[in-house]
Amino acid sequence: MSRLSAAERALQLTTVCCGLLVAAMLVLMLVLAWPLLHSGQLLSLIGGDWQPAAGRYGIAPMLAASLLLAISAVLLAIPLSLGTAFAAVALAPPFLRSPLMLCVRLMAGIPTVIYGFAAVFALVPLMRQWIGSGSGFTLLTATLVLAVLIAPTMIVFFVGGLRAVPQGYSLAADALGCRPVDKLLYLLLPQAAPAITAGIVMGLGRALGDTMIGLMLAGNSAIMPDSMLSTGRTLTSHIALVIAADFSSMEFKSIFACGIVLYLLTAALVAILRRTLPLPATARP
Amino acid sequence: MRRALGTLTIAFSFAATLLLFAAVLFFVGVIVYRGWSGLAPGLIFGDTRPLDALLLRRQVFDGLFPAMAGTLALMALTMTLAVPAGLATGIYLAEYARGRGKALLSLLFDILAGLPSIVVGLAGLALTIILHRIFPGRIGPCLLISALALAFLVLPYLVRSVQLALESVPRTLRLTAPALGADKLTTIRAVLLPACLPEIAGGIILAVGRAIEDTAVIMLTGAVASAGVPRSLLAQYEALPFYIYYISGQYADPEELQRGFAAALLLLAMCVVMLLAAQLLSTGNPLRRRP
Repeated sequence: MSRLSAAERALQLTTVCCGLLVAAMLVLMLVLAWPLLHSGQLLSLIGGDWQPAAGRYGIAPMLAASLLLAISAVLLAIPLSLGTAFAAVALAPPFLRSPLMLCVRLMAGIPTVIYGFAAVFALVPLMRQWIGSGSGFTLLTATLVLAVLIAPTMIVFFVGGLRAVPQGYSLAADALGCRPVDKLLYLLLPQAAPAITAGIVMGLGRALGDTMIGLMLAGNSAIMPDSMLSTGRTLTSHIALVIAADFSSMEFKSIFACGIVLYLLTAALVAILRRTLPLPATARP
Repeated sequence: MRRALGTLTIAFSFAATLLLFAAVLFFVGVIVYRGWSGLAPGLIFGDTRPLDALLLRRQVFDGLFPAMAGTLALMALTMTLAVPAGLATGIYLAEYARGRGKALLSLLFDILAGLPSIVVGLAGLALTIILHRIFPGRIGPCLLISALALAFLVLPYLVRSVQLALESVPRTLRLTAPALGADKLTTIRAVLLPACLPEIAGGIILAVGRAIEDTAVIMLTGAVASAGVPRSLLAQYEALPFYIYYISGQYADPEELQRGFAAALLLLAMCVVMLLAAQLLSTGNPLRRRP
């Protein structure tokens, strides 16, 4: 490699600094959560319950609520997204397909806080009536909105995978007299399996990382959720809610533990994504 | 049997599409229906005369002006920080980085792209705490810290759009400048960057759209419910998305709620317009049509 000029060195320096900052974030959170981690209570921190008055700062209820909310939202979003992707790729009338995808991309751009705001005033009262007791702020309420929120991301991945099937296969299927729906089921869908997995992992990441929907709709009580109709506080909401506490308290330090858990979960999902998708992850849609 | 499965798939697909669109239309419809009537002249400036408010002669207490000014200042500052860093990083990754270094760097940016925005906000807060220890009483949560954190949040979007645009420049175009004797940096500046300007502009607009709607980062790093128009980089400020979140839980009377819906409608309109613009820019580039 030839020697770099000053300007090229500057480019390199900027890139390396930005990259290092990503790693530095984890270190910074570890340092600030150290008093909690250091006292040898790592297990009781991850597995214990949240009783600040009794000196117990476990984040297990939040972890459970986060996972429950994210997984049920993804399970609900999979059929919605798969059906819409089928329509956009093969089943809708051809003139409708690209407007359909434009709408999906627009949906992906709707601010999260707007979904939350609309749901607080329109969905929560409906849920309150339907459940018959309580405030209507439940994990189920948040799940319904979160599924709609993450669906566009998943659709974009699914459509990308279904469209990436080589043209030759597709023409061969046509020549054999396949109906569009047969081609979809027996050619495109099996071929697109890695992209479908990637889309689901992406959706899970978005659902786990979302703050506003859980915060505005799930009720936020820091107890272990026992059903979808109970209230819950996600890891992300916990960070947003404890922020007001005294900076030197142990409660405050626990939010850095939440941050570390979320960071590691994200890194794990990125690792899975890189294994499922053959192309470099930077070339994702 | 196969026929039945096919028919079932079609029915399922259409039902899913309809259900998803109905759900989105329901939420958007609620915002438009209830926000529309709030789009009155008094929405932004309240009872203050617009000119007085714009010249900062008088504070606006019952309008969206402080929140809009805060969001505008925040976006300007965020993009001032993020665009140079994103351009530099995108160019370096596309044109210089190779092998292991490139793999490691793109892994880090992939993680950054996937991080929940509240974690980025938390890092901003951690930075604030450390700065607060170094300069006691001078630095707290403020506009500057928010902009730094938001810039970091949207950095991967910028990097990715610059890198992808550069890497997809056709070889024929890529070779012209070196053939004329230009060095690498000149080639990038005079040929490659101009050729992918529309994609880069699209990426920047997309990044603004991502930054403008984010609530989690700013609620940890300095956005508050009432601060007036931002007066300094080191002061707390108001912002539209935070205002919307705040109203949803803390509104005192129907008028305030009405203003919340109108603010939501404004934010929604801004995001949709920006997304459409980005879409147009990234699909309409004639240089990108390969033979």
